[in-house]
Amino acid sequence: MNFPTLLFYTFALLVVAGAVGTIANIRNTVAAAMSLVLTMVSLAGIYVLLGAHMIAVFQIMVYGGAIVVLFLFAVMLHGDEHEELPPGRMRLVKAASVLVAICVMAGLVRALVGFPELPAAPVGFGRARQVGIALYSDYVLLVEMVSQVLLAAIVGALVLAKRKID
Amino acid sequence: MVVAVFVKTAFILFVVIGVLAPIITWVERKQSALMQNRIGANRASVAGMTFIGLLHPAADVIKLLVKEDVVPAGANRVLHLLAPVMAAVPAIIAFAVIPFGGSYHFGETTIELVVANLDWGLLYIFAIGSLAAYGPILAGWASNSGWSFLGSLRASAQMLSYEVTLGFSVVGVFMVFQTLRLTDMAIAQDTTFRAFAFVEGLFGLTLPASLGWISALRLPNWGIFLQPLAFVLFLTAIMAENKRPPFDTPEGESEIVAGYHTEYSGMRFGLFYMSEFIGVVVIAGLITTIFFGGWSVPYLSQEMIIAGVGHFFGVGFATGFCMLVHFVSFMLKLAAMIWLQMALRWTLPRFRYDQVMNLCWKILLPLSLANILVTGAVILALEGAA
Amino acid sequence: MIPLDHVIGLSAVLFSLGVIGVLVRRNLIVMLMSVELMLNAANLAFIAFNRLWPGTDATPVLDGQVFVLLVITVAAAEVAVGMGILLALFRNRDSADPEEASLLKW
Repeated sequence: MNFPTLLFYTFALLVVAGAVGTIANIRNTVAAAMSLVLTMVSLAGIYVLLGAHMIAVFQIMVYGGAIVVLFLFAVMLHGDEHEELPPGRMRLVKAASVLVAICVMAGLVRALVGFPELPAAPVGFGRARQVGIALYSDYVLLVEMVSQVLLAAIVGALVLAKRKID
Repeated sequence: MVVAVFVKTAFILFVVIGVLAPIITWVERKQSALMQNRIGANRASVAGMTFIGLLHPAADVIKLLVKEDVVPAGANRVLHLLAPVMAAVPAIIAFAVIPFGGSYHFGETTIELVVANLDWGLLYIFAIGSLAAYGPILAGWASNSGWSFLGSLRASAQMLSYEVTLGFSVVGVFMVFQTLRLTDMAIAQDTTFRAFAFVEGLFGLTLPASLGWISALRLPNWGIFLQPLAFVLFLTAIMAENKRPPFDTPEGESEIVAGYHTEYSGMRFGLFYMSEFIGVVVIAGLITTIFFGGWSVPYLSQEMIIAGVGHFFGVGFATGFCMLVHFVSFMLKLAAMIWLQMALRWTLPRFRYDQVMNLCWKILLPLSLANILVTGAVILALEGAA
Repeated sequence: MIPLDHVIGLSAVLFSLGVIGVLVRRNLIVMLMSVELMLNAANLAFIAFNRLWPGTDATPVLDGQVFVLLVITVAAAEVAVGMGILLALFRNRDSADPEEASLLKW
């Protein structure tokens, strides 16, 4: 096993550990958020191994730096709350949903095997210059549309958070 | 290759944590004493010798190491332990991409004086800097104390806001140098440009022959001459990111005791303290590299030094000499930038919290967007004229 | 070389963990985090498949990576609006449990 492959499995382990920590941390939402940071940063490592250098940086900047901080901010603003197990029948439903999700996962993993070996990447693949050229030539319309989505989100968030009903 | 990276990392860690960080604490004390007309920092002594206060950093370290390490009642122990580490690590690893010299060819071997020569080096700094917000946030949350909590709320809001301005303020610099790689940025600043060429290209003005010296005046191709507004914006935003005065509202001691690190003592408080001082060095290194030509010597490019000295002493010696000169040049600029931050820190009073936020969203952010627009327009016009 | 099967397998595992989080947890913040996990699983698949068909030196193909950038942007927008809804819910119901928001009008 060569070094990048070893790194990949290490990061993959961290990703899964972080994801489990995120959904299993019932008593402490801040710890769940920190597990999410672990997932995001490890994913950025996998992106680098797969030749997506720019995306890895944006992954850390946006997910690691901004989105999770926003989550933490929300937790701080309204305080953490302990989550008890749901009552009687709901508990069965939840257990069943977990079972279904695991079955779907097993099906997905079984269906998605037998891909060919990865080919050699072109020179400068996924570097700043190439991503920039792709964004502002072929996808310039999409970039503009996404900027409108962001603007709408800013306005929407302000309206929702500012409104005083009573 | 691995050995070279290891040696360079060890060297940087030694210079920054072992030499610069203690000296900066001393400089800070002396600067405050100077500006407040005191003698200052002269109590720590060995056998009656005070060495102009240079023993104080050592006394600090001893005090912090032997102090009792308190975890307050009701605190979340794990997160409380984790927070200082989350604050200090980003500050230290940001150094990996800052070049403290160019690349030098000795026959077959090439020596590059940078740990990691990434082609998205500047974005790496931003990515790492955005992770630095977790230190204060976790510290405030885990301490189970009202003052810490207020401090961490302030810190997270302030750091998130100024990150936006910080990112936008250097876009103009990317556009001018057309690279994100910090080593290439320093190389691009190792030349000079004719200052008047801007006016000629934009407005088609030419000067009479009697004023020829103005039109022939050459400036170093430094970021601060090409992007002066970006320099002001970047300096303000990154000082706010580092949470030192005048932007120290997250720890403002006259309002909220000591902010997010109220409940920390001993070496764990020391880690917060140290990460701020390391932040000062990182900021100085970044500003030097982006706006003040990095390791370059103004008006003397690398080829000129190697050719000039090599004429007398041979190319091998000249290359080594050039390496030394560039390193000294970088350290001098670094020291000047550190001093600039110290002078600002002891000159300006703390902003009120709402003023900090207003400054960011209502003044700096629009200015940085305007800077991008004007830079783009000027580049287009100059390309059209050429 | 990294085996693509395992990357896609990791993506599937991550997605399922996200699904479980949304189905089981009753805290709106954690549910939003689980949605982020699912989005990231999709991103990982995008990047892996982009790496499988990277184009040539002359014409590199970066469609997958560009889509990931757009997904990241939309995720940021989603979190901003989600936090706004959360604050509104919390202000009115004093709880982050989405099952509390069961009235059509209050």
